[in-house]
Amino acid sequence: MSTTFIEGSIAVAKTVGVCRPHVISAYPITPQTHIVEHLSELVANGELKTEYVNVESEHSAASVVLGASATGARTYTATTSQGFLLMIEVLYNIAGMRLPVVMTCVNRAVSAPINIWNDQQDSLTARDSGWIQLYAEDNQEASDMHLQAFKIAENKDVMLPVMICMDGFVLTHSFEPIELILQEEADKFLPPFKPQYYLTPKNPLTFGAMVGPDGYMETRYFIEKTMRTSLQVIGDVAADFHNQFGRFQGGLIDTYKVEDASLVLVAMGSVIGTLKDVVDELRAKGQKIGILKVRSYRPFPKDEIYRALNHVKEIAVLEKAISLGYGGILVNEIKSVFYGKPKTPKINGFILGLGGRDITVDTIHHVIKDTVKATFEEKFVGLNEALIGGK
Amino acid sequence: MTTTLTASKEQSCQTLLASGHTACTGCGEALAAKLVLGAAGSNVIVTDATGCLEVFTTRFPQSSWEVPFIHSLFENSAAVASGIEAALKSLGRQNEAKVIAQGGDGGTADIGLQALSGMLERGHDILYVCYDNEAYMNTGVQRSGLTPFDCMTTTSPYGEFSWGNKHNKKDMPGIAAAHNIPYVATASVSFPKDIENKVKKALSITGPKYLQIHSPCPLGWRSNPQLTITVARLAVQTGLYPIFEMENGKITKVRKVSTPKTPVEEYLKIQGRFAHLFKSPDGNEEIRKIQEIADRNIEKYGLA
Amino acid sequence: MRLDLGAIAKAGTSKANQTCGWRNFKPIFHQEKCVGCGLCKIYCPEGCVTMVEKKKYTVDYTYCKGCGICAEECSSSDIEMVVEEK
Repeated sequence: MSTTFIEGSIAVAKTVGVCRPHVISAYPITPQTHIVEHLSELVANGELKTEYVNVESEHSAASVVLGASATGARTYTATTSQGFLLMIEVLYNIAGMRLPVVMTCVNRAVSAPINIWNDQQDSLTARDSGWIQLYAEDNQEASDMHLQAFKIAENKDVMLPVMICMDGFVLTHSFEPIELILQEEADKFLPPFKPQYYLTPKNPLTFGAMVGPDGYMETRYFIEKTMRTSLQVIGDVAADFHNQFGRFQGGLIDTYKVEDASLVLVAMGSVIGTLKDVVDELRAKGQKIGILKVRSYRPFPKDEIYRALNHVKEIAVLEKAISLGYGGILVNEIKSVFYGKPKTPKINGFILGLGGRDITVDTIHHVIKDTVKATFEEKFVGLNEALIGGK
Repeated sequence: MTTTLTASKEQSCQTLLASGHTACTGCGEALAAKLVLGAAGSNVIVTDATGCLEVFTTRFPQSSWEVPFIHSLFENSAAVASGIEAALKSLGRQNEAKVIAQGGDGGTADIGLQALSGMLERGHDILYVCYDNEAYMNTGVQRSGLTPFDCMTTTSPYGEFSWGNKHNKKDMPGIAAAHNIPYVATASVSFPKDIENKVKKALSITGPKYLQIHSPCPLGWRSNPQLTITVARLAVQTGLYPIFEMENGKITKVRKVSTPKTPVEEYLKIQGRFAHLFKSPDGNEEIRKIQEIADRNIEKYGLA
Repeated sequence: MRLDLGAIAKAGTSKANQTCGWRNFKPIFHQEKCVGCGLCKIYCPEGCVTMVEKKKYTVDYTYCKGCGICAEECSSSDIEMVVEEK
C-alpha cells in the first residue's frame, strides 16, 4: 500500500487498472472524463494491458462491454447523467444476460434543464435494472469499492453487474490522500475471471435467446433470488477486504454512532462526510444523534437497516433524488423497512442537493431541527425563496 | 416408379443453421443466413440484432444456431461484435474465431447505423452482414430506410395521396464504403455461389467488411413463397438491386444485368407490395420513375 | 439450457421443433430426371434437403414447410408439389 495525494477519478482509474480488465469501453461525458482519460493514459503508456475501445456513444460503450463480457473478458465502463440514460437499455440487457460487468456511475443531475453538477437522479433511474448499486462516501471508498465490485460481480453465485456510484465533482474532482492498491495486492484479492459459459466455438451456445410467457417470469425470479444471495456476498467481500487491507467502510450499510442514538440521519454517498461533522458537533453538546449510510442500495438491505435502527425514535432521510409525482425515493424505502414492525419511528424525508445545490453544515442543522420539531412526508431543503416565491 | 432414396438422420440437415426454426415459408432471410454460415464455417462467433432472424432462430429453450451466437438489442449488433472482437484479442484468442455481426435492414441502416459506423471506423476485424428485406418485417412490414421507392408498407400505404414509400432506398453500401474499409459487397439470395465467394473473401481480409444481401420476404413483399428466388433474381436482372464488390473503395466486380434489359415491370408485377402501381394508368408514370432508378444503377455501377 | 443465467440455449436444439405441420403443399422428389445440380439443397431455407447419392436428393419431411422453392428452382423439373393430405 502507498498513500498518495490524488484526485478521486485518478484513484478510481488506478484501482480499475490493477483489477486487470481485458476490455474497457467508454464515451466521454463530464464529470466522468478524468477516469477514462487516465485509463487511456495507462494503456498508452503500456502500464495497463487491455483493449480500450473508444466508442461513438454510451449505448455502444455498454454494448461493447456486454459483448466482451459474454466472450469471457473482465470488462469496465464508466458514465454519468445523460450518458447513463442513453445506456439504460443496455444496462437492463447486461443484467438480464447475467454478465458481471463493472461500471462507475459518476452521479450527476439529468436534463432538462441541462446541469452538469452532482445529484443522484441518474443512477436511481436504473434502480430496477438488476444491477447491484453501491454508493461511495469518499474517494478511498470509491477506489476500494471497484476492487470489491469485480469480486462481487464475478462470484459464481452472483453473476450480476455491479455499479459503483460516486458523486460527480464532489468526489471525482477532489484531491484526498488515498491508499492506492498495488498490483500484487489486487491479484491476491481478486481471482482471475473464469466464467462457466462464454462465447466460443468450442461450446457453441446461444446467448440472449427469446423467452416467452413460459419462462420470462422465472428469469426475473432468478435475478431477484440472486440479489438476496448477493446481500451475503457484498458483506463477505467487504470483510475479506477488511482482512487484507485493514480498511472497512461498511458492508451493506455503515453506521456512525447509532448504538445509543435517538435520531439518525440516513443518506447515500458523499454527503455522509458533512453529516459526520454535524453529528460530532452535536454529540459534543450531548445530542444523541447518529448516521446510517446506505452503501448497498440494490440489493436493499432491509434487515440490516432494521437491526441498526429499531431502537431509534426519529429518522431523517436525506436524498439527492426525487421520484417526480411521488416524492423521496430512499425515504419511502426506509419507511417500508418498518412496515408491520412493532415500533415505527418518525421518518422525515428531505430532498436536497439537486443539480449541485450546496449542502452545508447549516443545511444539516436545519434538517435535524425540522425533524425534532415536526413530522412530515418530505420537504425540499435549501430552495431559493426568491426563485419560487411568486411575483 | 422407382424407389425413392431417403437420407439417414446423420446425413440430413447438416447446416450450421439448424432446421426447426420458425421462419415463414419461403423466407429469404433464413436462406441467406444459412448460406452465410455455410460459407463461414463453424469457427465463428456471430451476433444478431433484434428482428425476424433472431426471433425465428432463438425461441428459448431452442436455438437453430450451431455456432456461438449472441443477441442483445436492436441497434447494437455491431457494437456487441466490437466487444467480442476486442475480448478475443485481449484474451489472446483471436485465432479461435472470426466475428460476424448480423442485422436486418432496419437494424443496420436505421437504428443500428451509429453503432455500425463506429465499428467500421474503428477498424474492427468483423464481417457485418445486412439481410436486406427492405422493411421492418418482424413488427409487421413497416417502412425502413432501405424500403424502395413507391413500395407499399404498413406505414407507407398506397392511398389517394400516396404511391407508397416516398423516399429512395438509402445507399447503405456507399455509406459503409465511405468509412474507407477494405471490403464492401452486395449479394442476392438468388446467387448462392456468389454469397459463398463473398463471405469467404471477406473473411480472408483483416479489418471491417460490409456485406448486404437482398433477401425477399414473401409475407412483406406479398409474393409467392415459391418465387422467392425468382423475385430476388429479377431484382438483380432489372438493375434494381445492383450486385457489386468494392475493394479499398474501388468497384472491382459487378454482376451484369440481363440482355436485352429486363423491364422493371417484370419484377414489380409479381409482388403485392407494388400491385397498386398496376391498378390505374397513372401508375405507369410511377413505374417509369422506378425504371429510371434501375437505369441509373446500371449506369452508375456499369451493369450493362 | 440455463434460464437462471440469462436464457442460454444449446446449439442446434431447434431440431426438436417439427415444422412439417405448416405444410400445405409437399415436394415429391422423383429422383428420375435429376442432373445433380444441387439447387434444391442450396436454396432450401429450412436446410432440410440432402444428397443421398450422386443425382439423388431427398427432403426431410419433418421440417419441410412446403415453400416450393426446390420445385421452382429444380433445373430438370424433377420435383413436384402436391397437395398435402392431412
